Amino acid sequence: MSTSAIEKLFVKGNEAVGMAALEAGCSCYFGYPITPQSDIPEYLSRELSKHGGTFIQAESEIGAINMLLGASAAGARAMTSSSGPGISLKQEGISYMAGSELPGVIVDVMRQGPGLGGIDASQADYWQATKGGGHGGYRIIVLAPNSVQEMYDLTMLAFDLSDIYRIPAMVLADSVIGQMKESIIANPRPHVELPEKSWAVRGRGDGMPQHVVKSLKLGDGEMEKHHWKMHARYQELADKECRWEEAEMADAELIVTAFGSTSRIARTAVVMAREEGIKVGLMRPVTLFPFPKKAYASLSERCKHFLAIELSTGQMVDDVRLSVARDAEVHFYGRPPGTGSLPTPEELFEQIKKTWQALA
Amino acid sequence: MPHITIDEARCKGCGLCTIACPKTLVSLSETPNSLGFTVAVFAGPEKCTGCALCAEMCPDVAISVFKE
Amino acid sequence: MKQVFSRPASLKDVSTHFCPGCHHGSVHRLVGEALDEFGIRGETIGVASVGCSVFLYGYFDVDVIEAPHGRAPAVATGAKRARPDRIVFTYQGDGDLAAIGMSEIIHSANRGEDITVIFVNNTTYGMTGGQMAPTTMPGQKTSTSPYGRDVGNDGAPFKMAELLSNLEGVGFSARVALNSPKNVMQAKKMIKTAFRYQVEKKGFSFIEALAACPTNWGMNPLDANQRVGEEMIPYFPLGVFRNTANL
Repeated sequence: MSTSAIEKLFVKGNEAVGMAALEAGCSCYFGYPITPQSDIPEYLSRELSKHGGTFIQAESEIGAINMLLGASAAGARAMTSSSGPGISLKQEGISYMAGSELPGVIVDVMRQGPGLGGIDASQADYWQATKGGGHGGYRIIVLAPNSVQEMYDLTMLAFDLSDIYRIPAMVLADSVIGQMKESIIANPRPHVELPEKSWAVRGRGDGMPQHVVKSLKLGDGEMEKHHWKMHARYQELADKECRWEEAEMADAELIVTAFGSTSRIARTAVVMAREEGIKVGLMRPVTLFPFPKKAYASLSERCKHFLAIELSTGQMVDDVRLSVARDAEVHFYGRPPGTGSLPTPEELFEQIKKTWQALA
Repeated sequence: MPHITIDEARCKGCGLCTIACPKTLVSLSETPNSLGFTVAVFAGPEKCTGCALCAEMCPDVAISVFKE
Repeated sequence: MKQVFSRPASLKDVSTHFCPGCHHGSVHRLVGEALDEFGIRGETIGVASVGCSVFLYGYFDVDVIEAPHGRAPAVATGAKRARPDRIVFTYQGDGDLAAIGMSEIIHSANRGEDITVIFVNNTTYGMTGGQMAPTTMPGQKTSTSPYGRDVGNDGAPFKMAELLSNLEGVGFSARVALNSPKNVMQAKKMIKTAFRYQVEKKGFSFIEALAACPTNWGMNPLDANQRVGEEMIPYFPLGVFRNTANL
């Protein structure tokens, strides 16, 4: 066997997250069991100490997000993970992290809700993830993998973007991607210019300035200034960090758009549709915040119809509509979460055909 | 002679020093200062032993104590 | 002539927002003295909580992390695990620690985190205007128990120093008061012991400090101070409840 042969590993989506965290230099993980992501704390409970890191199964998701806040404030790369009900509990802590400009990675493997809901896949926490699920008016970086390889690569990206922009970053997956197994290449950590964490609390020696990590801003005009500063930073994110994938786009007159699990099924359906001569393409956003608005707007210049497909009654579709404005019509097909509600490629192919025929 | 100084910029006139001093050498002023506090007033060093109990009781660290 | 009593270097030379007669200032000073005595100001990270003590960073000359209400022990856990070479302490009031934060304090104590928790118990929610707290005493009138705390409805007050002393993970748990010079001197000793536990890596240390809240008790500072001695200490006895390293 050649020594330069690339090694492929057959891993579960959730485990790929853990592997990537280790590769990215995550030194602290704080989590709590919840289906469908308990593999992440289980994996890290075995592996993190081997890398000199700290694993704590916290008393609750609230405990975990606050431990993340503390570790991040002290300059460490740290991560937590959960699913719907636990992400709801974490909102206060995430808001504090956003207000304090703290980096940190939060993995959300979506399950059905609201409430206790169920454990099958869902995309109905898109709003919670992308619209600032906690109070105060902030956004977090949201990355949406659709494969085990992306669970790995996007987790590493989440650490980097979070450190660069001092904004918490979420990896937004769902039970299907978390639980599926695929072969991946465990890419090494990419070399990225990272700013020094010169703001971190460190227990400084004499004569050095005090560092305070806080979100309380009571000074005259202080809070307003902070909001505009973050607004500008979100704009910078939009200008520099949008990621998306286009497929079968060449002469597309109808563009299917979906993220995560739905995008994989939609990809198969698009191929089936192309075989029947339907001029359909696929637009898959990878960054849900910043949402690749300009990419959608650019597509809408030549393609006047989109079909958004989600595992919900329609959340991302609003952002697609905002991005294309009046330049294109956005149709929608939804499969709200629930057992057995994962569509088949045939089902989506039928929807594409139906939409296509209505355009004629 | 042992004595204390009271920082009027810090004193809030709570009176805890007045019950701490074993020789009742500290009392509260009759008239409020510009912040509205009736600040603590030291009667003088003659009987002061520099025990610092007044300073230990003061929540505002307004009292400094001096001794040989 | 030598100055024999002055502000500790770990406390900034500023006026505080605390009310006249509030014992927060005394506890701040004693913590500052402990940091000075062990020479650890340069290695210390404080974790501020929500309540009258929210402005910790304005008063202590150390790096500070602000924690959400009740979460300081979890934030401190994260900071200490990330920086085990630092001294990490939390400073919390009775609503913060014993109501919303009850889970975080019990679990960080149970895990035996190498942190020091300073708990100021004044039987009321100070910052928000005097509502009932988990340590409000039976019959005590507050803005949300206007007829007096009814144990049948609201439960009895928590005795945190005793409660935590039952956990194996706890090294040191003690209760102190600031209402007399004698008690202040004893509190000074106990607070130093608590920090000594962390400096000598002997485990989780906890100080409950009984304090007056004249404003929300509707009393003048001297009467409030008297209430600590006459009403609070009989219910919340002073003393050391756990001292595994016998420091």
